[in-house]
Amino acid sequence: MVDQSATPSRRRNPVSEPVLVRWLLIGICALFLALFLVLPLGTVIGRVFAAGWDSFAETLTDSDTKSAIWLTLSVAALAVPFNLVFGIATAWAIAKFEFKGKTFLTTLIDLPFSVSPVISGLVYVLLFGADTWLGPQLKSMGFPIIFAFPGIFLATVFVTFPFIARELIPLMQAQGTADEEAAISLGASGWQTFVRVTLPNIKWALLYGVLLCNARAMGEFGAVSVVSGHVRGKTLTMPLQIEALYNDYATDSAFAVASLLAALALVTLILRTLLEMKFGAEVGNGRHK
Amino acid sequence: MALGLSLTMLTLIVLIPLAALALRAAALGPAGLYELVLDPRVFAALKISFLTALAAALANAVFGTLTAWVLVRYDFYGRRIFDALIDLPFAMPTAVAGIALTAVYSPKGLIGQYLAPLGIQVAYTPLGIIVALIAVGFPFVVRTVQPVLEEINRETEEVSATLGANRFQTIFFVVLPPLIPAILTGFALALARGVGEYGSVIFIAGNLPFKSEIAPLLIVIKLEEFNYAGATAIAAVMLAISFLMLFVINGIQSWSQKRFGHG
Repeated sequence: MVDQSATPSRRRNPVSEPVLVRWLLIGICALFLALFLVLPLGTVIGRVFAAGWDSFAETLTDSDTKSAIWLTLSVAALAVPFNLVFGIATAWAIAKFEFKGKTFLTTLIDLPFSVSPVISGLVYVLLFGADTWLGPQLKSMGFPIIFAFPGIFLATVFVTFPFIARELIPLMQAQGTADEEAAISLGASGWQTFVRVTLPNIKWALLYGVLLCNARAMGEFGAVSVVSGHVRGKTLTMPLQIEALYNDYATDSAFAVASLLAALALVTLILRTLLEMKFGAEVGNGRHK
Repeated sequence: MALGLSLTMLTLIVLIPLAALALRAAALGPAGLYELVLDPRVFAALKISFLTALAAALANAVFGTLTAWVLVRYDFYGRRIFDALIDLPFAMPTAVAGIALTAVYSPKGLIGQYLAPLGIQVAYTPLGIIVALIAVGFPFVVRTVQPVLEEINRETEEVSATLGANRFQTIFFVVLPPLIPAILTGFALALARGVGEYGSVIFIAGNLPFKSEIAPLLIVIKLEEFNYAGATAIAAVMLAISFLMLFVINGIQSWSQKRFGHG
């Protein structure tokens, strides 16, 4: 018999796995991640470098691409603030007040997440499309919804609706109303309380929600595709421009536009990870404490 | 005031449009709806969407649980980056994922070129749809299992070991059972996402009717033909499926709350 107490390092920890098994499992997961996430991302970057700077610059100075970038930026610039207002108002109402049907309201907020993006676009076509009463009326008044900017905006708002609200609700619920009550009892008005007390309390979670909302708003494809009408240089957002270029066999150009969105995704991911590392208890629903 | 504003925006943006869809579907009548959905091409597309999403969600349930385990229990170099990368599909636009996956898995692609001689074609087949759905649905299971695994008390594992169970028995009979609700929730979320997914799939699928045409694409095709009734019928069925999934997820969570004391 070998005296086991003399060689503690060789004794296996009963609540862990042998080193070999551990590395095997880590390896399997790394391979899975590489096959489905890292290699595709690497391909986008690789294709852009292989095509070279001139091809990249040529795509980005193309007028259709420029207008797609402009459209994507404008849609996000409107949709994100819209959802910011909704998100704060909803989280405020749910976290700071008691009312009937609160649980039901919370479920309704998440609804857009469980609907296919294509359906998110379709609902607006059914509401404002050519065979409706409202659509042609608005169009004749010079305000078309479908196949125009308003439709793209509405579809984007629909799919990004829950992001900010759902980020703020758990945090504001956890914070309770004590700070606000103190402020009001000291004579602050409702607005002062909101700006000076509530807003500073939630600012990092708000930034986190805005990041995720913005990434989705700029990257949305299915919902926007249905309402866009695909008019080149007019109603194509960046993701739709990628599709148009790809279907034209302008693959290098498609990857050039894709690389911009991939860069946005990476920046979003990095900022989000930094926020989680620094303010872990407040953001990401306390996922990283 | 805040509640009023919130409810108004919710009603205008989400509820009225969804109600419009429900009304349009109701106007078709049960018989009309039935006929449109049982059209062979529509039925085939719904079946393909559901089955590929099911396969992808199963793969993600297995590998997602394994990944959550590795991230929570093992300490290794680069774990933090590994953890952050899991969320890549949430941040990456679906169109970008679609063309990138197609480039990797096409017969001339980075990985496709090694699979082609083996007779495995991924891109432009239902297998390609599954690959895309695995990629976009990957974070769901990891992110539902991870927090539960972090909170599990390791003392029960020690007890199990002192009572003579080997590590394999401990994992399957002690660690895994309380994780099942979280795995099921993640699986249901991945399945729901997969059934409705559009952007990442259409580039890699090949989109052949009856073979690799998914239901959301058929909605788009019907809309392009101005066949609003056809599009509405498919959407109504898909919405019914996703509400059912939502219901199931809520059920799992309240059951797990009672059974294990966590959601």
